[in-house]
Amino acid sequence: MFDLLKGPVYAVQEFFFLQSAAFLNIFRSPHYSDDIALQMDAIGVGSLPITVMIGFFSGAVMALQMSRALANYGQVNQTGTIVSITLVRELGPVLTAVMVAGRNASGIASELGSMKVTEQIDAMRALGTDPVQKLVTPRLLATSFMLPLLTVIADFVGMIGGWLIAVLYLNLSSRQYWSTAWQALEWNDVAQGLTKPLVFAVVIALLGCFYGLRAEGGTQGVGRATTQAMVASTVMIFVLDLMITKVFVWGAG
Amino acid sequence: MPEPAKIPVLRFEGVTVSFDGVPALLNVSFQAFEGESRAILGAAGSGKTVLLKAALGLVKPDSGRIYAFGQELTAMREKQLFAMRARIGMLFQESALFDSLTIAENVAYPLLNQKTVKCPKSEVQPRVAQALEFVELGGTLGRFPSELSGGMRRRAAIARAVVTAPPLILYDSPTAGLDPITAHTIMALLIKERDLAKTTTLMVTYRYQDGNLMANFRYNSELGRLELARHGGRQDTSTTFMVLQEGRLIFEGGQDLLEASQDPYISRFVKKRG
Repeated sequence: MFDLLKGPVYAVQEFFFLQSAAFLNIFRSPHYSDDIALQMDAIGVGSLPITVMIGFFSGAVMALQMSRALANYGQVNQTGTIVSITLVRELGPVLTAVMVAGRNASGIASELGSMKVTEQIDAMRALGTDPVQKLVTPRLLATSFMLPLLTVIADFVGMIGGWLIAVLYLNLSSRQYWSTAWQALEWNDVAQGLTKPLVFAVVIALLGCFYGLRAEGGTQGVGRATTQAMVASTVMIFVLDLMITKVFVWGAG
Repeated sequence: MPEPAKIPVLRFEGVTVSFDGVPALLNVSFQAFEGESRAILGAAGSGKTVLLKAALGLVKPDSGRIYAFGQELTAMREKQLFAMRARIGMLFQESALFDSLTIAENVAYPLLNQKTVKCPKSEVQPRVAQALEFVELGGTLGRFPSELSGGMRRRAAIARAVVTAPPLILYDSPTAGLDPITAHTIMALLIKERDLAKTTTLMVTYRYQDGNLMANFRYNSELGRLELARHGGRQDTSTTFMVLQEGRLIFEGGQDLLEASQDPYISRFVKKRG
């Protein structure tokens, strides 16, 4: 019984060791700013097209779906409110994070996993570099910086999607849509909408690195690490989403 | 024979390493002195690679102690180990060159990243060029590892291991997976490095002929090639053979003793000289 638990407990312990080392390294030299910039480009700029697409269509579909429900109460003019609240609080952060998890948690895990199984991680340590400092911390910082930015872009493009639907299909005026969308948002929503991607970013980067650095057993091991990183980070995004939402709902009284 | 008072460059004291309860090294003890060459023979899975990784502090032993240059590696933290590792060169089995860096950047890596290696920026380029020239890969500076053949990658990795001129070099199966001619070239480079820089050399291999070359040949710098060393090797160095079987050190001694061994596992490796 205890032997069965040993593996998962060790894994959790290792994950927390990695997490604390990655965070502490932010304040320790050397800082690999080139690597941070490279990762920002790969994670941020690389994920931009897909984020814009997902944001646009989810905003548009949200406007269409909600307008039917709102029509029952004669409140179609409130479409802007619904679209902006759902996007900023939920859909923007979660969908963007899931997309970035699919693209980058798996990408990080496969890159680091390949390095692990070809002894490049060992070579790095042998040649005087801490792999956590050189590989994990730049990915953590880059993802934490880029994911909130991507989320803001997704939110905005989503609102444009909703606006197009509102104007073209729901016969709302642009002014009506944008003013309700703007007025609906409170500081609480914005704070929630920015806290979530920050937390999700930490999860995506660290789980990607964690599974990559644990990869064993050649190419098969790399494949396994990639899948595990993506699945684990996606599940954690939804679990943490509920927890953060609960905190904010409770905070808003 | 080295004098007893001399401090060994590398010393293992009852080292046991295990993974998930399965021992990879079991109670291994030996010491290597300055200028000495050691050929460590063993089948796949006998613990050869683990032994080298333990010597670098990449793998922590479950019990026993490892000393390098008189300092206990097993008592050091990762940060302190970096200073120690700067004095030990390592050739990994699959070369382990960084894919994302060019050959020149790979070879420059230890010069730029090892804190204890004080190399002024202006000297990096010439030293990289010199190291690549040493392994006869002068024209590959700007190329990526994936563009080179297996043998060339191995040579580039040797350049990276020797660029900081470490006094101790560890070679993990340097000839594995190479054709006989390329394997010979690699061995010639190992012996050249050993004889020109007077480094202490540990080489693990499953090919007895590699150990034989190491023990009986020397590099002639005037002719630029290997030649048979008379009277059993060079005067100032000696080659010791070690045999690992399932993590245990079952033999340690000279070549004559090795060839005289009746042990069935050992005689599987040893092809007796003419």
